Amino acid sequence: MSGRVLVGVKRVIDYAVKIRVKPDNTGVVTDGVKHSMNPFCEIAVEEAVKLKEKKLVKEVVAVSCGPQQSQETIRTALAMGADRGIHVEVSGNDYETLGPLQVSKIMAALAKKEDAQIIILGKQAIDDDCNQTGQMTAALLDWPQGTFASEVTLDGDKIKVVREIDGGLETIKINTPAVLTADLRLNTPRYATLPNIMKAKKKKIANVKPADLGVNLTSKLEVLRVEDPPQRQAGMKVETVEDLVGKLKESGKV
Amino acid sequence: MMDCTCGRRAQKAAVDKVLSAFRTICGKDNVSLGEAIREQHGKDESVHRCRPPDVVVFPRCVEEVSALAKVCHDHNLPIIPFGTGTGLEGGVGAVKGGVCFSLRNMDQILDLHPEDFDVTVEPGVTRKALNAYLRDTGLWFPVDPGADASLCGMAATSASGTNAVRYGTMRENVMNLEVVLSNGTVIHTAGKGRRPRKTSAGYNLTNLFVGSEGTLGIITKTTLRLYGVPEAMVSAVCSFPSVQAAVDSTVQILQTGVPIARIEFLDDVMIDACNKFSSLSYPVTPTLFLEFHGSERSLEEQVSTAEEITQSNEGSDFQWARDAETRNRLWKARHDAWYAAQALRPGCKAYSTDVCVPLSQLPQIIVETKKDLLESRLTGPIAGHVGDGNFHCLMVVDPNDPDELHQVHLFTERLARRALAMDGTCTGEHGVGLGKRALLCEEVGPLAIQVMQGLKDSLDPRNLMNPGKILQRGEL
Repeated sequence: MSGRVLVGVKRVIDYAVKIRVKPDNTGVVTDGVKHSMNPFCEIAVEEAVKLKEKKLVKEVVAVSCGPQQSQETIRTALAMGADRGIHVEVSGNDYETLGPLQVSKIMAALAKKEDAQIIILGKQAIDDDCNQTGQMTAALLDWPQGTFASEVTLDGDKIKVVREIDGGLETIKINTPAVLTADLRLNTPRYATLPNIMKAKKKKIANVKPADLGVNLTSKLEVLRVEDPPQRQAGMKVETVEDLVGKLKESGKV
Repeated sequence: MMDCTCGRRAQKAAVDKVLSAFRTICGKDNVSLGEAIREQHGKDESVHRCRPPDVVVFPRCVEEVSALAKVCHDHNLPIIPFGTGTGLEGGVGAVKGGVCFSLRNMDQILDLHPEDFDVTVEPGVTRKALNAYLRDTGLWFPVDPGADASLCGMAATSASGTNAVRYGTMRENVMNLEVVLSNGTVIHTAGKGRRPRKTSAGYNLTNLFVGSEGTLGIITKTTLRLYGVPEAMVSAVCSFPSVQAAVDSTVQILQTGVPIARIEFLDDVMIDACNKFSSLSYPVTPTLFLEFHGSERSLEEQVSTAEEITQSNEGSDFQWARDAETRNRLWKARHDAWYAAQALRPGCKAYSTDVCVPLSQLPQIIVETKKDLLESRLTGPIAGHVGDGNFHCLMVVDPNDPDELHQVHLFTERLARRALAMDGTCTGEHGVGLGKRALLCEEVGPLAIQVMQGLKDSLDPRNLMNPGKILQRGEL
């Protein structure tokens, strides 16, 4: 067993930013806008680092797919305690069309190359809300998956995962190697401290191209249009209950 | 009285005249006459009743603030700056009506310099928003009053928090301010863009405006001192047989040079409330909640020194924790104190008193205050930042009982005067606002008040900036 954990970290627009749609409706404004690590990826990194602190795994490798700036996201993961990083360079049009299918092919290829035992991803990214990459990666590798994990326990060569589902909590036991996706309540990610940020500068980030991994980035999806949600209309005050019922009937709601 | 009403009517007419000027400056969507909006901007989280302004404007940049202020100045209209409305002393009440400047649309974080440990923010940025923004840099802004307040508002009230004992209050952590004066002039108190770690250049205008509660100018930018996020934290709890023992421990911990980050005191009434509210089982006796920041190695030393000291002061049940979940559990009582106090009497409102005395006087003032509470038959569990000699009685009072409200008011005055008699202050963190103007006179004396009034007259000759706060005037 390699004892190696691969953690995927995605660079997204910071959750606190007010998103604006581009005037040509082709997407959202990203220039000059604050970006940071996807919050669910932070939880994934935290879980991986915790496993290493408990000496249940030997090495945590942070992976990000994107342009040059993705390296900042990897550095944050290194400051949180990951040992080394892999930056898969994707830029230009390839980056515009990069989606869960392409990323999962990359993760699967890296998992084989790095002999990973566990892959931990955030359950979804806050920009596209796809919630697909973990599941697709597991399928490509034919590995078991523990998604929406709110609790992870390593038990020999198996993993016990408590999953958040609509009805409550579901507990499953899966074999390793496996893919896990982190849900909100899995842990509280640590803040990067200055000494750790300084140490992270010395950790290695390898550069890899998708072609080196034998991955084709072609996407079969085309974004036609991005729009703001409809503007909220002003409410209306009525004087009596009869007026209210009348208005409800008028609008066909009653 | 007649003059007052005529004056207000004339002022309302003046407001109507300037509305179109306001709309031209900041857009008609950013000028509001709506009753709900005005009421929202006429009160804060204190017990003072709502005093709505005549109109609320929402400027988007300092140029708009300046232009709006000029218009108000030309028409003698009061100007009330508004951040998050989380103040505790009625500071935003428009006692003479006028124009509320709600600054929430100015919400940019500008000019972060991580190597220099400084950042500049606009008034719409709250302390939690700033710390969320900084989370990847390894830096934070530690001043933490209870509310998620506007940082410029915190500068205006010279706010403080639970970790002032280690990181200081706003006074120590504001490096520069951009301020719009009552006539629209824009100044930078330390010079535009300047942020040296120290300076001896001229009068300290920055700290003149810190704590001025909107009475000298509108703060539109503040440059703040940042700190490194602690590498590790340890929290601890310890019970004591008496207030004296708890305070003695505090003093000794500080004297041994332990750089303690938080040291919070809860009295037995408060602990009892917390036990009931959160189903805990702390011993019902004066309790200290401690927090240490530092590297792993320094924490070991800090905690063991503190534990020895508490033991030598008959402290018992010393518990400590390192990981986030257990730390939060240990401190749960302190975190829930506000709600636990209110739960003592459902349906009642809570009002927090706020005095600060030299550390050596703390046991005496707490003992006397508890005696007063008993004799007055008032509910007032005590929580305090003992490292600063600052404590709060959380007065739980029935808002519909005028008699009880009156009793609380008298109690608060007695408490403030007790603190003044012990070389302390009538307000450690919350400010003077509406309710403590008379106490301020007693505290600093008439000659210092005259100097304050002179400064006010010089910067705001028409008394337009947040009238009725901090300083008393004849007609109010």
